[in-house]
Amino acid sequence: MRGDHQTLALLLFSVFIAVTLGITTWVGRKRQGSAEEFYAGGRLFSPMENGFAIAGDYMSAASFLGISGLIALYGYDGMLYSVGFLVAWLVVLLLVAELVRNCGRFTLADVVAARMAERPVRTAVGISSVTVSVLYLVAQMVGAGSLVALLLGGTSDTVRAWTVVGVGALMVVYVSLGGMRATTWIQIVKAVLLMAGAVTLTVLVLVRFHGDVNALLTSAADRSGHGRDFLSPGLRYGGSWTARFDFVSLGLALVLGTAGLPHILSRFYTVPTARAARRSVVWSIGLIGSFYLMTVVLGFGAAALVGSAEVRTSNASGNTAVPLLALVLGGGEGSTGGTVLFAVVAAIAFATILAVVAGITLASSASVAHDLYASLRRRGAKPRSEVAVARVAAAGVGVVAIGLGLLAQDLNVAFLVGLAFAVAASANLPALLYSLFWRSFTTRGAVWAVYGGLVPAVLLVLLSPVVSGSPTSLFPGVDLALFPLENPGLVSIPAGFLAGWLGTVTSSEPPDPAKHAETEVRSLTGAGAA
Amino acid sequence: MEKEAGPDTAVLRLDDPWDEASAAGWSEPDGAGATAADGRPRPVERRGHTAAEVYLEVQGSPAFREVRRRYRRFVVPAAAAFLLWYLAYVIAATTAHDLMARPVAGVLNVAMVAGLGQFLTTFLLTWAYARHARLHRDRVALELRWETQEMTRGAER
Repeated sequence: MRGDHQTLALLLFSVFIAVTLGITTWVGRKRQGSAEEFYAGGRLFSPMENGFAIAGDYMSAASFLGISGLIALYGYDGMLYSVGFLVAWLVVLLLVAELVRNCGRFTLADVVAARMAERPVRTAVGISSVTVSVLYLVAQMVGAGSLVALLLGGTSDTVRAWTVVGVGALMVVYVSLGGMRATTWIQIVKAVLLMAGAVTLTVLVLVRFHGDVNALLTSAADRSGHGRDFLSPGLRYGGSWTARFDFVSLGLALVLGTAGLPHILSRFYTVPTARAARRSVVWSIGLIGSFYLMTVVLGFGAAALVGSAEVRTSNASGNTAVPLLALVLGGGEGSTGGTVLFAVVAAIAFATILAVVAGITLASSASVAHDLYASLRRRGAKPRSEVAVARVAAAGVGVVAIGLGLLAQDLNVAFLVGLAFAVAASANLPALLYSLFWRSFTTRGAVWAVYGGLVPAVLLVLLSPVVSGSPTSLFPGVDLALFPLENPGLVSIPAGFLAGWLGTVTSSEPPDPAKHAETEVRSLTGAGAA
Repeated sequence: MEKEAGPDTAVLRLDDPWDEASAAGWSEPDGAGATAADGRPRPVERRGHTAAEVYLEVQGSPAFREVRRRYRRFVVPAAAAFLLWYLAYVIAATTAHDLMARPVAGVLNVAMVAGLGQFLTTFLLTWAYARHARLHRDRVALELRWETQEMTRGAER
């Protein structure tokens, strides 16, 4: 039985890898690499294509397997995540997408640096963008290792290590050979697969209960062992006040961080206009919203059909809830249907990870080449050489991510995603919003906003229970935990905004009204947009 | 800060309406930027000398201020409302357990209704924003875009 899963799942993995490599070589052969092509895929994707690609970039394996798993274990409290992940898109839609598309060329730093002394601002935003990307990337890589091991049954360290290396190598190939165009198509393929998988499973769950959601929730509550409490908040975050503040902190980071994620922002440059950027966000909100609604059904479905206890036995953090649910829906252990569905789910999860890491690698290589390298190199170098730097940077980021992924293999790195969102919300978002909306914002304000959010966020995590002082920490033996929360957002996000304000009001350099006029006019009309 | 070079602007002017038509489903019969705004004030009559002056001038023009006002009038209250609604939801979910567990209908309790409400309000606000932008901003913004580009091109030559 296990053998059948593995063979079929490996076959599907290979098909996906073959298809994506095919896309990459096809794209790579057809085009020569200009910066426009490499970072923005030629800017001619349609809103629907980009909407799918955004959804593909955003819906990680952590949401597909992790959130459904949390719901299967903790009921309602798992659902809180889905709400945060979705509502975040309103910030992107209302405040960020169109204006960023109008003002920038390839990265977030383009927008912030346009009004300021370019070098220090570009460097600061580049550093925070790379930090966010690497945190997110390591979380995904470690997740990939344990996920593949989990789904294929082999929990040995070698399997996991080779998965991390393989995923890293593939993402470097996708990005450095195919650039944004290949990455976008991979995201689209992945988003379609993920949505198809989620729809199939959701329909099967609802059919099991004859479309009666009431019956689904009742039997989920019954089999969870918590009764009615399963359907109301409190099982996971209702305990101590620390736990409650922790969730509020995470919730803030999720909602404000999405609009500062470099790999999300760079997606808006793949469409021709701000209008198209808005329409792609509308598409992606539709896709992401329906996807998270389906994860709710899948989570409660897993609780009802598999049982919370069984999910917990299989994997303590619930990551196997959906695969187990697929097995049951297909007819149970040993049936052909069960085997096929299980393998399909495993393959989709794998595709999801590959696509997400490719997107992040591309964004971080853009930050390295376009922001860090470009602000440190001599003026007047050709754009062609910047793309060459970006390709090398992708390989460099890949090597770093593989290395960190291997080192962190046995550590509990679930907090890294929350941390990436927190850094994005504390460092990138204040600088971005201030430069778009605040007339008197200055260079010093921008630099302070970035470091004033980045440094507290990272420091607070180093001083938090995720690093030391509790049995589940990275270093349980040491106790440096001065800060009680696992997610720094509650403190570091206000700190970033405050530092930006403080830097601006204490700055001796007066703001340049003409530069502000330029940013404002360009952001709202699209005049001179790339 | 690099300014738009002349040839780039020319390419944009040729490409963009076409892209809109194919990619964004632009359906205005008169084509983008071909006619003046009906009854709306033309933004700028006088030509600026440098690009910086052009942007300052456009920024002060009534047409631009109208676009900005329409954008802010929608976005500021909407963003405040959804952020407050989300914060209220998260705080209620973590602190007000009894309120959230109160049954509404069948197994649905306040928490479930509020959670689904978040999904619903997100979809509704997305729709409302897209509609508002399409009906009240896009056209004027596009006209301003062509005019500004025309002027900056003139300014740099």
